[in-house]
Amino acid sequence: MIVYVIIFSILSILLIASAIYAVVQKDLLIAVISTGVISLILSVFFYLMHAPDVALTEAAIGIALTTIIFVITIRNTTRNEDESIDNNLDKF
Amino acid sequence: MRKVFVIILLILVGYFLTNTFSLITFGENRIGNTSEEKNVAAYYLNNTKEKTSVANVVTAIVVNYRGFDTLGEVTVLFLATTGLGSILFRRKEDEDQIERISKPSSSLVQTGSRILFPLIALLGIYVFIHGHLTPGGGFQGGAIIATGFLLMLISYKNFKAGHTMLIWVESLAGITFVTIGLWGLLTSGSFLENTLPGGELNNLISGGIIPIIYIAVGFKVAAELTGVLDILLNIKPKK
Repeated sequence: MIVYVIIFSILSILLIASAIYAVVQKDLLIAVISTGVISLILSVFFYLMHAPDVALTEAAIGIALTTIIFVITIRNTTRNEDESIDNNLDKF
Repeated sequence: MRKVFVIILLILVGYFLTNTFSLITFGENRIGNTSEEKNVAAYYLNNTKEKTSVANVVTAIVVNYRGFDTLGEVTVLFLATTGLGSILFRRKEDEDQIERISKPSSSLVQTGSRILFPLIALLGIYVFIHGHLTPGGGFQGGAIIATGFLLMLISYKNFKAGHTMLIWVESLAGITFVTIGLWGLLTSGSFLENTLPGGELNNLISGGIIPIIYIAVGFKVAAELTGVLDILLNIKPKK
């Protein structure tokens, strides 16, 4: 039981850390990769909580397909976050 | 000003989320009294084996008890694919101008993905054929097959997913799902009624219509997601 608690707490800290990193990071490719890491940790969580069906879905769609679709989108647009949008929103 | 709003919103969301989830004890058995008549979760757990002869209760709920919802989910995915296709529409005469976005990959990646693709496809097919016995099912298997196609699309510039084939596979799978549902409606009075004999528990051929529907869903999801990736990767370059 104590092993479970340790695994859960380490993974939760990693999950929250990568979520914050994805928001803060200005390089969008790194942000997308860290959302992929969120999905990876989530699928491990689902597996540990006896929901293998959901874990499989999260692994296939969250880690592979969504990340790749975002990477393709970044390739078609720009890699770095546009600062001017942020400044324009501050005027409101 | 905006940051103040964001902080207030975050505090509110955090407060209500912790309030909601603090009522649920972690790891508690929330099914309740399994002998009660009105307990839905207990009804599923107690009666799935005899009524549908399916080992995986989740599959029995998703495909049989709540099969109509699954049809709705499949429709949502279909509509999303159609929307993407209509936004990134390309004409027949532009076909020669279309360029694959990815750069040509190294021979290491090409050989690796050529070896991995049949294995990934096999895993996906295994997952949705054994949907009623082991964890997983149509959606998961279809997504796994789509990742295999993604690997091939990225590593080979000339690899084509074959749009006519994708459309045919998707349409036939959708028609199979609806036809089985309507067959149940005609013969026993309710949509997606399990009319076929259940067979023996834990066998590959068991569960009546459930494996057939999950195989159809698997093909449909695989075709749709492969179509999405194919549309996204082949875009006409800007002049």
